Amino acid sequence: MNTRRAALFRTIALAVAAIWGISTAVQAQDTIKIGWAISKTGPFAAGANVTTLPNYQVWVKDVNDAGGIKVGGKKMKLQVIEYDDRSNSEEMIKAVERLATQDKVDFILPPWSTGLNLAAAPVFHRLGYPQLAVTANTNDAVKFTSRWPGLSFWLGLPSELVDGLLETLTKLQKEGKIGKKIAMVAVGDQFGIEQSKAARAGLTKAGFDLAYDKSYPFGSQDLQPVVKDAMATKPDAFVAFSYPPDTFGLTAASQVVGFNPKVFFVGVGTAFPAFKGKFGAAAEGIMGIGASDPNLEGIKWYIQHHKQIIGREPDRWASPITYASLQVLQQAIERVGKIDRPAIIKEINAGSFDTIIGKVKLEKGLNRNFWAVGQWQGGNYVGIAPASKQGAGAPMVPKPAWK
Amino acid sequence: MTLAIDIVLSGLVLGGMYALFALGLTLQYGVARILNLSYGEFLIGAAFGTFHLYVGMSVSPILGLLVLLPLSFVLNWLFYQVVLIPLVRRAKDQGMLEVDSILATFGVLFVIQGVMTLTFGGQLHSYSYLSVPVTILGATLAANRLLAMLVAVLIGGGLYLLLTRTRTGTAVRAVSVNPMAAQLSGIDVRSVSALAFAAGGAIVAAGGVLVSMFLTFSAAMGVVFTMKALIVVIMGGVGNMLGALVAGLMLGVAETAVARLVDPGLTLAVTYALFLAALLWRPTGLLGRTTL
Repeated sequence: MNTRRAALFRTIALAVAAIWGISTAVQAQDTIKIGWAISKTGPFAAGANVTTLPNYQVWVKDVNDAGGIKVGGKKMKLQVIEYDDRSNSEEMIKAVERLATQDKVDFILPPWSTGLNLAAAPVFHRLGYPQLAVTANTNDAVKFTSRWPGLSFWLGLPSELVDGLLETLTKLQKEGKIGKKIAMVAVGDQFGIEQSKAARAGLTKAGFDLAYDKSYPFGSQDLQPVVKDAMATKPDAFVAFSYPPDTFGLTAASQVVGFNPKVFFVGVGTAFPAFKGKFGAAAEGIMGIGASDPNLEGIKWYIQHHKQIIGREPDRWASPITYASLQVLQQAIERVGKIDRPAIIKEINAGSFDTIIGKVKLEKGLNRNFWAVGQWQGGNYVGIAPASKQGAGAPMVPKPAWK
Repeated sequence: MTLAIDIVLSGLVLGGMYALFALGLTLQYGVARILNLSYGEFLIGAAFGTFHLYVGMSVSPILGLLVLLPLSFVLNWLFYQVVLIPLVRRAKDQGMLEVDSILATFGVLFVIQGVMTLTFGGQLHSYSYLSVPVTILGATLAANRLLAMLVAVLIGGGLYLLLTRTRTGTAVRAVSVNPMAAQLSGIDVRSVSALAFAAGGAIVAAGGVLVSMFLTFSAAMGVVFTMKALIVVIMGGVGNMLGALVAGLMLGVAETAVARLVDPGLTLAVTYALFLAALLWRPTGLLGRTTL
């Protein structure tokens, strides 16, 4: 008992010494304070923990391992203050206000999801912080960026993502690789409704035949009925504007009933490492929303690097873009050479940056370097649309049989 | 005709899963009188256990059942003895115990969720197991979902037999009907309640193991399952095993029928319409006693 108590005492003493050591080290050195409020609990935690938080952690580690960000000849390390917004917009706004007014951080990294980012935008603007809202996606993006200059969007407009899919389908149809019959499903919330609305209009205009067009409630635990009815229409392409749990559910149900149309497209989550983990070789040929170019040196390095630090692969769509957005922030700070947020916002909007996803130059606050459609090809998630983009892969159609 | 068979069979399989969620809660709520809001967290906990056993150590989920079921039984027994007994002791009547247990387990929900987030991370988890088609009477079903339904029927039927044919089962039912009278006739209400609560915990672990084979889950998702279980329990009649089974299967068939025949967007609506109808016309549950 005595030795155990002694051991415990030693541990505590060590811990105290360590913490004290860290805090004195921090005081002695000039640091940049970075804050973020992120959904660590609640329904958004699943998404935030895949796309956003790991990248914040990787970036902070990378910057600090390299000695810090160079600000006017002096290297400044990052010091992090983190809050959990509990997937709640009021909590998030409180945390952002607190970060700015009490913690007096130099920069605030944005929350996860379209909803939270749009809720945060006026607050970021009022407090004068740049907001690189990577996980926000809205057709009104330009309206918002002209109102709040610190705000920027990174994934392409929802309509542009749909355009990418339409471009792929139209091209395949013209080449005679697929027929005109499409089965479309969408999750019954804002994302699914907006995307399917745009797709419906575009598909009809392009002369496609929408044989099946239904929505299902978010959180549906059995999607086999949807898949069976879609399958009964014998479509050439299956298009689903789905969210992560249903993206997995639709794919699994299709695999079970042997629904294997020439084009199989599912929504958010297709690019997740868990998707590849679950379906393995059966993921081959599945198309999904967004992508990255696995042949870029930056992306190759990034996937390995993320795996090494976080212990798993990143998602292949918004994760690399999140990391790239942080590189943009870092380069903008270095170019301005001091913690002058208005000047940094100006530089983010006007400058041109080299990142892991290639060159980034915002136009009206929108990143134009994005992929609309990707496809699993040989264990890699390859960007296939816009086809005009450098590095675009050729779509693998028809999709191979389920393995 | 094939469509009808397809709907009924797919519906029964989905309903079997709902019944499985609910069987444990109906024991915990109906016998131990604890409305356990952290119920779904135990389900997710078992799902994480299965995930890591399967993906990390290649232990099949079926074998995982053998590990996680007893483990959850013991954990829930301890949970009852340590956390809930003080509430039982101080409760003056059933209503007070219900309110106190709701508040206490609501807190526990966050504790378990936090621990799971910390241990496993908040991201989505999913793996493939028995995701192969089985054809019955022309209807294609997923083997893992079919298995979940069979286990639900097995557990539901088994529990029914245990409760009606054994001495302990009779004691459990007595406590469920009237704890005061049960005590007066020499039943140790506290240990019977602890047993029922722990058994409910074992069943929810079974649910978690089976559900993890075909649903994508994350640390934050437990409450979804608690809600579904609660609906089924109340529809079936609190503490009524067969009621939970019937209500679960009925919900499954109704949801599938609406999805196939009307519109998949209305599945949630039909769930709550049935729930509302049950509350209006059979407030004690489909198979519930007419007087309590």
